[in-house]
Amino acid sequence: MHIMEGFLPSPWWEIWFLVSLPFIIIGLYQLNKLVQEKRDALPLLAVAGAFVFVLSSLKLPSFNGSCSHPTGTGLGGILFGPCIAAVLGLIVLVFQATLLAHGGITTLGANVFSMGIAGPAVAYLIYKAGTRAGANTYATVFIAAALADLSTYVVTSVQLALAFPGTTGFFGAFSAFAAIFAVTQVPLAIIEGAVIMLVFKYIVQLKPEILTHLNLLSESTVNKLREATA
Amino acid sequence: MKYGMEITVAVLIIVFAVVFLIQDGAIQATLGDGEEAWGGADGEAAGIIEASGYEPWAEPFWTPPSGEIESLLFALQAAIGAVIIGYVFGYWKGSRKAA
Repeated sequence: MHIMEGFLPSPWWEIWFLVSLPFIIIGLYQLNKLVQEKRDALPLLAVAGAFVFVLSSLKLPSFNGSCSHPTGTGLGGILFGPCIAAVLGLIVLVFQATLLAHGGITTLGANVFSMGIAGPAVAYLIYKAGTRAGANTYATVFIAAALADLSTYVVTSVQLALAFPGTTGFFGAFSAFAAIFAVTQVPLAIIEGAVIMLVFKYIVQLKPEILTHLNLLSESTVNKLREATA
Repeated sequence: MKYGMEITVAVLIIVFAVVFLIQDGAIQATLGDGEEAWGGADGEAAGIIEASGYEPWAEPFWTPPSGEIESLLFALQAAIGAVIIGYVFGYWKGSRKAA
C-alpha cells in the first residue's frame, strides 16, 4: 500500500522527490550500461520488472483484518541493485497512480523511495553479505526479499510519522502507522520471500550463466545448487 | 529433494490461507450490519491522518469509476507481468533444451 494522493504535505513530498531523484538518475545510467554491455541480462531485467507488476497488484488479506500488497522489488534489488530497482518501481508506481488511483503523483517521490529504493537496498545488502559469508543461497534470498518487503512499509510508516507527528511526536506517530502498515505486512513479507526464493531457484536451473555474468554467484556455487536439486 | 522447495512454498501458502479463513470467521462474528472488514491498510492510515484534521491537498485526477473497473485494471497489471515472466522462462527452457 502506497501513500495516497495528496497525503503528504509540503515540504515532505518535495523532499522525497529530491531524495529519490539521484537514485533514478543513477539507475537510468546503469540501465543504459546494462543494455549496451550485458544484453544477455535483459530478459532477466524484464522478469524482475514483471515480478513487481504481478506482486504489487495482488492485495492480500493479512491476519489483522486489513489488506496490503507485497512489492516484488526485492528480486530486482538482489539482481540489479537498488538504483535499477528504483526505475522498475517507478514504472509500476506511475501505472498505479495514473490508472488505478493507487498511490499518487504528488506522493510518487516518497513511494519510489520506500518501495523502489529502501526495500531493494535492504535486499541487495543482505544478499551481498549472505553470499560473502557463504550462507545458503536460497535462505539468503528468502530473508533478503522478505525483509525488503517489510522494510518498505517500515519506511512508509517513517515517512508518514515525519509528516504527521500529531500530538504524540514522531515515535508515537511512527508506532501508530507501523501498527497499520508494518504489522499487516509481516505474513505477506514471508510469502513474498518464499515466492522470490522459488523464482531464484528457477533462474539458477534455467539460466545460471546470467547469475555468474552479473557476479551474483560463483560458478562453483551454481554447480552445487544445481546438483542439490537435480 | 527435487521438489522440496516447491512443497515448502505450497505449505506456506496453504497455512496463510487457513489462517485467513479462521481469522475471517472470528472477525465476521464481531462485525455489525453494513461493516466491512479487510479494507486496505492505506485507507486505515488515511483515517488516522484525516482524524487529525488534515485535508489532502491533491486528488487523483482519475479514479476507476467502480470496484469492478478497478479490479479489471489490477488484474490487467498482474496479467502483463505474468505473460512476461512466462515468456522469458519458457524461452530459456526452450533454448536450453535445443542446446
